[in-house]
Amino acid sequence: MKKFEKLKSRIVPLPIENIDTDQIIPARFLKATTREGFGDNLFRDWRFDSNNEPKQDFVMNDPTYTGRILVAGKNFGCGSSREHAAWAIQDYGFDVVISSFFADIFKGNALNNGVLPITVPEEFLEKIFAVTFANPEAEILVDLEAQTVTLAETGEQIEFEINPYKKSCLINGYDDIDFILSHTAEIENFEQTRPFSFYR
Amino acid sequence: MGKTLVEKIWDAHVVKSQEGFPDILYIDTHLIHEVTSPQAFDGLRKRGLPVYRPQQTVATADHNVPTLNQHLPIQEELSRYQVDMLTKNCKEFGIELYGLGHPYQGIVHVIGPELGITQPGKTMVCGDSHTSTHGAFGAIAFGIGTSQVEQVFATQCLLQQKPKTMKIEVNGSLGAGVGAKDIILYIISKISAAGGTGYFVEYAGSAIRSLSMEGRMTICNMSIEMGARGGLIAPDQTTFDYIYGRELAPKGEKWDEALAYWETLYSDEDAQFDEVLVFEAADIQPMITYGTNPGMGIGVTENIPTTASQPESEQPSYKKALGYMGFQDGEKVLGKPVDYVFIGSCTNSRIEDLRQVAAFVQGKQKAENVEVWIVPGSKQVEAQAKQEGIDKIFQEAGFMLREPGCSACLGMNEDKIPAGKYCVSTSNRNFEGRQGPNARTMLVSPLTAAAAAITGKVVDVRELI
Ligand code: SF4
Repeated sequence: MKKFEKLKSRIVPLPIENIDTDQIIPARFLKATTREGFGDNLFRDWRFDSNNEPKQDFVMNDPTYTGRILVAGKNFGCGSSREHAAWAIQDYGFDVVISSFFADIFKGNALNNGVLPITVPEEFLEKIFAVTFANPEAEILVDLEAQTVTLAETGEQIEFEINPYKKSCLINGYDDIDFILSHTAEIENFEQTRPFSFYR
Repeated sequence: MGKTLVEKIWDAHVVKSQEGFPDILYIDTHLIHEVTSPQAFDGLRKRGLPVYRPQQTVATADHNVPTLNQHLPIQEELSRYQVDMLTKNCKEFGIELYGLGHPYQGIVHVIGPELGITQPGKTMVCGDSHTSTHGAFGAIAFGIGTSQVEQVFATQCLLQQKPKTMKIEVNGSLGAGVGAKDIILYIISKISAAGGTGYFVEYAGSAIRSLSMEGRMTICNMSIEMGARGGLIAPDQTTFDYIYGRELAPKGEKWDEALAYWETLYSDEDAQFDEVLVFEAADIQPMITYGTNPGMGIGVTENIPTTASQPESEQPSYKKALGYMGFQDGEKVLGKPVDYVFIGSCTNSRIEDLRQVAAFVQGKQKAENVEVWIVPGSKQVEAQAKQEGIDKIFQEAGFMLREPGCSACLGMNEDKIPAGKYCVSTSNRNFEGRQGPNARTMLVSPLTAAAAAITGKVVDVRELI
């Protein structure tokens, strides 16, 4: 997994609530059997019309806004468990997603792929949107070690929470499988203690 | 202090709990399907690992399969490739596959219970968010991403933070024409599409207890639509009766042993939940959604809430949703014309759902303006429907009985609702484009869907029964 420590970037603002995984990557694009290439279809039906022409009014088609940080309204990533949503976001070029609230499964999927989901208070989210709409070149600084998000322009900073284990995974580029595999003896012991065969 | 049911099952599956780390949780049963597994199998190959406990893994092909002419090779190339890949992977890694053509094939959350794989006290996962369905049996069941599918393949375990617990009680009895689907749509409309995030929900109360297993599955299925990790219901005689004698259920002595354990699976009286919500069944009428998330639901006779009545910060999203649906502030959904009716999905495609629809439509004809697709949840449901003559009733009514799969629930195969069309659907998600680009979905119960099929519009089914 890719390592993550710090990032300074402009942002792409998407002030919409309840963005579900069917918006992030519609099901009809889930037919691939590898992890690559999903970025082309990120937010497919918002980005392109039915003739596959870019929709001019969608923020990702507006060259004014660019960057490696996606900022979205609350309850981001609700809906299906498709990890393709995290892959699409990463493949498109985002390393961080900021929202005031994330759906559980999406958050886990993002972390498992080295995409950092950062939950910020509603007021701070509004501030990011306001600052960005006023100045699209405004930058944000993300420091994972310090667990801070800073608005470069104003210096306003907040701390964010992250599970310490997940934090070390991101910083070191480890994944959960490496961790669990180091406990196989315990897993085998555990299996011996099961009261009866749970399967067949 | 006593324990909640979730805590009892969770604690019985913790391989290791370490300060500062998520728990290592043992997974009894892993269900897989063609869409979220190929990258996980690839990961195993890259690491040179086998599937650790292949006999605790079951596969089916459901999301991406056609629902007509399943005996023929899949037409669409990418879909065919994905399904073939599953077959190949299962063979290579020694996993039992109930694939296309197998008499047990079907939607993963329909076949688990139907085959007796789903049992109380188990931990079950699947790369699909509606894995919560299996919680109806008193299991901890939840959806996972593909990286986690790979983890379970490699270790039969997952790293998991213990969830918070919520109890949702529904007391009293339901009115005629109101069912399990209405209960869950009602709950989600009250607590919102994010109201359960971070929680594992236990459903309780007399209205829940009185439901059949099918009804309980419908309820638990949609737990994820309020953001919950999962939902479950303590097992009781209804549960045991349902499991008894099924293909892969414990038999003989093993049954007695299992039953003795299952009977200990309930939340202790003094157990503490992090949150408790209580609803009255009598307040629930047939429900319908008018927006683009499952929390945007109302009683079928009610008016669509106005944008002004929403919190200010949510108004732009709310407006966008109504715009997508082509609905106005404050208007009624009652009487709205319907183009498609879809009865299927892991929420409502079990034999009980089909029986209920058949009983209602017997001797009636579908309205001319609607197309009606009935998609059974599994080969076994399909066979049972034919055995009971339900297929004939549908045929006479002008309904199309298709073959098992996820179908128009997610618009991944060719079963898509055309742009701009209204579909009254028994599935679980009304997201933009869920049933096809620009399709407009209204989620309802099977009975309300049947009523829409017959009348060609949104109606209050209570007036027709
Ligand atoms: S029927 Fe729909 S919700 Fe259920 S597993 Fe299939 S796609 Fe998912």
